Amino acid sequence: MELLRTENVTKSYDSRVIIRDINIHLLQGELVSLLGLSGSGKTTLFQVISGLVTPDSGNVFLNDKNITGEPGNISYMLQKDLLLEHKKVIDNVSLPLVLRGISRKDARKQAQPYFEQFGLEGTEEKYPSQLSGGMRQRAALLRTYLCSCPVALLDEPFSALDMITKGQMHTWYLDVINKIRLSTLLITHDIEEAILLSDRIYVMTGVPGEIHNEIHIEKRRNERTDFNLTPEFLDYKEQILDILKQ
Amino acid sequence: MKRKPESIRNKLLPAAAFCLILLLWWIISATGLVPSYMLPSPISVAAAFIKDFPNLMTHALVSLQEAIYGLIIGVVLAFIIASLMDRFETLEKALLPLLVVTQTIPTIAIAPLLVLWMGFGMAPKITLVVVTTFFPIAVGMLDGYKSVDPDEINLLRSMKANRLQIFRHVKIPAALPYFFSGLRVSASYAVVGAVISEWLGGFEGLGVYMTRVRKAYAFDKMFAVIILIIIVSLFLMALVDLIKKVSMPWLSVTQSNNNGADLHEKV
Repeated sequence: MELLRTENVTKSYDSRVIIRDINIHLLQGELVSLLGLSGSGKTTLFQVISGLVTPDSGNVFLNDKNITGEPGNISYMLQKDLLLEHKKVIDNVSLPLVLRGISRKDARKQAQPYFEQFGLEGTEEKYPSQLSGGMRQRAALLRTYLCSCPVALLDEPFSALDMITKGQMHTWYLDVINKIRLSTLLITHDIEEAILLSDRIYVMTGVPGEIHNEIHIEKRRNERTDFNLTPEFLDYKEQILDILKQ
Repeated sequence: MKRKPESIRNKLLPAAAFCLILLLWWIISATGLVPSYMLPSPISVAAAFIKDFPNLMTHALVSLQEAIYGLIIGVVLAFIIASLMDRFETLEKALLPLLVVTQTIPTIAIAPLLVLWMGFGMAPKITLVVVTTFFPIAVGMLDGYKSVDPDEINLLRSMKANRLQIFRHVKIPAALPYFFSGLRVSASYAVVGAVISEWLGGFEGLGVYMTRVRKAYAFDKMFAVIILIIIVSLFLMALVDLIKKVSMPWLSVTQSNNNGADLHEKV
């Protein structure tokens, strides 16, 4: 079932076209990556999809409802984890619930059971500054999940992490995403990350940014342990590199 | 491991400097380098302080009352005006230059006018304190509101937060450190403002008492008043620091984390 789709989305700033005629879609439970070099307009596309920015032309549909320029229908995790330093971790992750009018006490109660699943048990009463980089990302992901929107947009969520933590986070994220079945659009410029995590990859190239290719990763998500060490993985990588070089 | 001795050193150095100044003052007055009617010795100032203590306390309470009332009104006004200026850009453009101009008016020059307009009661004193304390807080809060990471606002907007929710969850917490920095400065200005306004008329307060002892050439008592003003100002500043610590518990956590990281790096 097609959950989200964009139709001919074009956006420019100061008469400079950033993205042009973008047509993408996301199916229920899918994890799709937007892969492209810096400056190809990936973040602009996310801002349009999330409703924070209105496109010059084109539309965004969620469950066939036009949501163009309407924030609040899709959860959005920006590049930085953006945990509010003055709030304890549990208050940070339950913030979307509080903003919907749920009392702080009830919001905390609703968020609490997810702490174990997201590997955050014991951090509830801590402040974000007391967490490691990986833990902060997990908390930000939990907050995104608790937005209870059908689609999550993740803008380079693991880019600030060191290589080892990043690898651990990939394994953990694949596990969690398989359990919670959250339909996700992920921005990355890391080819290996895109292949490892995604069901499909849209490759964005050029200025203004356009969708150049769509690649399906055939390997099932729950069978990807050590996938990055296989020849199949290297084939995908080579294919994407060829597209980007063009 | 170096942290503890360093912290002791940081406390000892100003204490030593203070003792040195006290010693110099005593030497100057004891040797007669400056006559005692111009500069009383620290011992005679301390004696005057102890002897006059009940009287000083009565006047100090009045000045403190004026300072605190003025400070509270200044804080409320600063909060309202800074918030409105942040919300409406036109208002900010219109008011900010006026606010800056108000700070160039010497306090001592407007004090007699306030007495003329409002009489010798508490009102002109409180008004003067409001005028002197309002600016640092208002400008601080405005800077604080503007320091918010736009991405934090975008994040809340993506969660369908309204303007008031963004203000409450992001803008106010971001402005708090700036608010407390302004409040700390304003707390010391408040006492000085109250005393200055009392110089120009009134029945009670440290400024009134100061004028009386000055006219009686009782400089030891005058120095005792100055010391009391310093103590009251320091007390208010310490109170602000305490309120800041209680209302921003995450700051001490962050600071202790940073110290830990520094220590880790040193090791």
